[in-house]
Amino acid sequence: MKNLKKATKVDFATYLGVTVSFVIMYILQTGGHLSSSIAGQLVPICCFIVMAVSLNLVVGISGELSLGHAGFMSVGAFGGIIAAQSLAGAVPFAPLRLTIAIVVGALCAVIIGFVVGVPVLRLRGDYLAIVTLAFGQIIKDLINCLLVGYDSHGLHIMFNISGLKSINDLHLEETGKAIIKGAQGAVGITKISSFPAGFILVMLALVIVLNLIRSRSGRAIMAIRDNRIAAESVGLNITKYKLMAFVLSAAMAGAAGALYGLNYGSLVASRFDFNTSILVLVYVVLGGLGNIWGSIIATVVLYMLPEALRQFSNYRMLVYAIVLILVMLATNNDQLKALLRRIIPTRKEADAQ
Amino acid sequence: MVFFTYLISGISLGSVYAIIALGYTMVYGIAKMLNFAHGDVIMVGGYICYIALNSLGLPAVLAVILAMIVCTVLGVVIEGLAYKPLRQAGSLAVLITAIGVSYFLQNAAQLIWGATPKNFTSVVHFNLPSGLMSLGLSSEALITVLACIVIMVALTAFVNHSKLGKAMRACSEDKGAAQLMGINVNRTISMTFAIGSALAAIAGVLLCSSYPVLQPTTGSMPGIKAFTAAVFGGIGSIPGAFIGGLLLGVIESLAKAYISTTLANSIVFAVLIVVLLVKPTGLLGKYAPEKV
Amino acid sequence: MTEKKPVFEKARMVPYPSQAIIPERDLNKTPILECSHLGIDFGGLRAVDDFNLTIGRTEIAGLIGPNGAGKTTVFNLLTKVYQPTRGTILLDGMDTAGKTTAQINHMGIARTFQNIRLFSNMTVMENILVGLHSEMSYNALTSVLRLPAFFRSERIARQRAMELLSIFGMEDTAEAVAGSLPYGAQRRLEILRALATNPSLLLLDEPAAGMNPSETAELMENIVKIRDTFNIAVMLIEHDMNLVMGICEGICVLNFGQVIAKGTAEEIQSNPTVIEAYLGKQQ
Repeated sequence: MKNLKKATKVDFATYLGVTVSFVIMYILQTGGHLSSSIAGQLVPICCFIVMAVSLNLVVGISGELSLGHAGFMSVGAFGGIIAAQSLAGAVPFAPLRLTIAIVVGALCAVIIGFVVGVPVLRLRGDYLAIVTLAFGQIIKDLINCLLVGYDSHGLHIMFNISGLKSINDLHLEETGKAIIKGAQGAVGITKISSFPAGFILVMLALVIVLNLIRSRSGRAIMAIRDNRIAAESVGLNITKYKLMAFVLSAAMAGAAGALYGLNYGSLVASRFDFNTSILVLVYVVLGGLGNIWGSIIATVVLYMLPEALRQFSNYRMLVYAIVLILVMLATNNDQLKALLRRIIPTRKEADAQ
Repeated sequence: MVFFTYLISGISLGSVYAIIALGYTMVYGIAKMLNFAHGDVIMVGGYICYIALNSLGLPAVLAVILAMIVCTVLGVVIEGLAYKPLRQAGSLAVLITAIGVSYFLQNAAQLIWGATPKNFTSVVHFNLPSGLMSLGLSSEALITVLACIVIMVALTAFVNHSKLGKAMRACSEDKGAAQLMGINVNRTISMTFAIGSALAAIAGVLLCSSYPVLQPTTGSMPGIKAFTAAVFGGIGSIPGAFIGGLLLGVIESLAKAYISTTLANSIVFAVLIVVLLVKPTGLLGKYAPEKV
Repeated sequence: MTEKKPVFEKARMVPYPSQAIIPERDLNKTPILECSHLGIDFGGLRAVDDFNLTIGRTEIAGLIGPNGAGKTTVFNLLTKVYQPTRGTILLDGMDTAGKTTAQINHMGIARTFQNIRLFSNMTVMENILVGLHSEMSYNALTSVLRLPAFFRSERIARQRAMELLSIFGMEDTAEAVAGSLPYGAQRRLEILRALATNPSLLLLDEPAAGMNPSETAELMENIVKIRDTFNIAVMLIEHDMNLVMGICEGICVLNFGQVIAKGTAEEIQSNPTVIEAYLGKQQ
């Protein structure tokens, strides 16, 4: 019971920390105290926090290395954009339209999550990693072939496999509008994402993941991670729980994608390539596997880092790479860990005196 | 006839993948890590060769050798500085570090050589008889395929018969036991990186000779493809990497020609997925069930 | 050899159809386990062949044999870690053909492992709660929404887990990380985790390995206590002959994948084939 209380405390602190940060940033934003570059990053940061938290469910809690998480974000983004753009007339109230778009984005990602997860979760370790990577690439390529438009007859969807077709082949009416133009991506998006919506999504993701971890299902997922054979021997259905973690994670990534996509006027599928998957994985690993609040902090810090390194101008990404390597080396260095352990108590003693 | 042309270009591309995959598979076999920086070593090899040819005016053979030397040193330095301290850490820590190294190499290349693509001059200077040329065979393709076969055979002989090769196999089976048998594990891993990186340099030169656009991100996609090829053939297996690379190149080339240019990569990846679902450890990979 | 040790009360062994023997008290009940002609090949090697065994409802059975005889393979066959090449396994009279390891557990077999397999990053309490997984009925949605059913079910499960821990007096380690426990405690925790799944047959793979004589003596008492409290059958693989001869009612001896002897402790101890298998042929 003590552990339950301790875990509850950590969870509560996580919720509180996120809420307080949101309130502060929101007040600053509405008061116009934020520079435009920071204000413009509030929604993307929320999206990437949800991405990191959801990927942590797969990599940290379920113990499967996924290198294609951005693929689900992509599916959610374009699904959400199609929903929001085609409902522009039917649902004029933007927050409701955004909610619908996010739900649609999540559902699209769930479907793809199932399609990918059922066969792939039979594989182990690095084989699973390479297949998720492959799926991420396939999803990107498929979206690059997608032509979608909307007019009074409803949605027009065409698959441009030969690469010879263009948006004109949809034969939209005069009043119709193109939504996705193949490799040019989604265009003319009405930006309806907002920082409060991002905050709500982050909180939802936290509630889902944290409550799941500290329950029967979450323990089953972690048991399978720790020892698959023992987990089977106590009667756990391996496929069910692996799939639960994978699909739930995909759903959250899809929701994050929808919010992300509706934050920009246009969006191309290559925004969600392998590098984006890797970026989120870096957040998760640096934040600590299975550590949810760690993922949040790592996301915020690393998302802002290139911005903070602006003074290095051209050397910015080089410094970023060096910081990344040094952090990995430092966090895995036994001598440094021992040194830190020696320093921290001394500091406490000094404080006491 | 057209089919034959595409097949040849596929085999040539596949040979490049195979050379990279051989390096990948050796490093994976021994260090059990996804070395995402491997593709960027290819790019560095391409640039060194480009500089040697165009700025230093070296003959092609010397340029290739210089590229190999630089990449070998680079590979050993990367291993020693970034991967060796993480030998006891989890595989994810090494993976992230490899990604950091990849970012570093790409951005360093961009700072040194600029982001604008360079037009690579082929290192192959002879012409084929016109009969062969009309079949769609280029001198680059011929050299690439020959190089790949020579490397494959040499590597197989080296791994199976040389002392160092045996040490590598021992380390990839069980590092602890290898150490107890008096094998210097660190040195063996270091040597594996050296060989893998030298192969990457050759692959870089051949890749740029056939597809003469050189930029800091040149290595990324071939790197990922070659890794796919290694997994496809069964990671850790040298003939597997060879077959996987060739098949991948041919599939990609034919898919581009007959199905869709945009979806060519996807088709390659889809074939990989199907192969892994049918044979979870790749074409020639060994299945080792967990002992209960 | 066993004069000074506590003597456990054993049942008289009586014949059962098909050459088997089971405890007299179980004669009127369906045996918990009936294997017939069970066998598995690993690429031409007959790892286990023609394995026949019947275990009574509340029997403590022993499976012994030299190293590499195929004892753990039998456990793996019973729990469907390996699918048998030949033969049938009846569990409580029901055929287990085509079942998965998880389904076998639901049907009533729980086991421990020779090389301990705990969920080592999770706490002792969580390990037991995973064992109680099937006993809890709320679903993922209930836990995400934190409905009253969640709290009710969790509370009951935690109480049950504490009761189980009290069998070995491990209540105060409940919040320790399982992987950090001493070796003996890890073995005991594995038994408790298996018990948590509410089995009718408990398979213990070398439960006394790495234990000192006093720990082993305690373990013997506890195995008998578990059998009596839960009214279940126990089958154990063990090299410690004091333990096997002390508490096992029916003993089966395996060598090179074949049963070479079956009987009570006394019968096994005087069986020349068994002596030969363990010590080699006497000149």
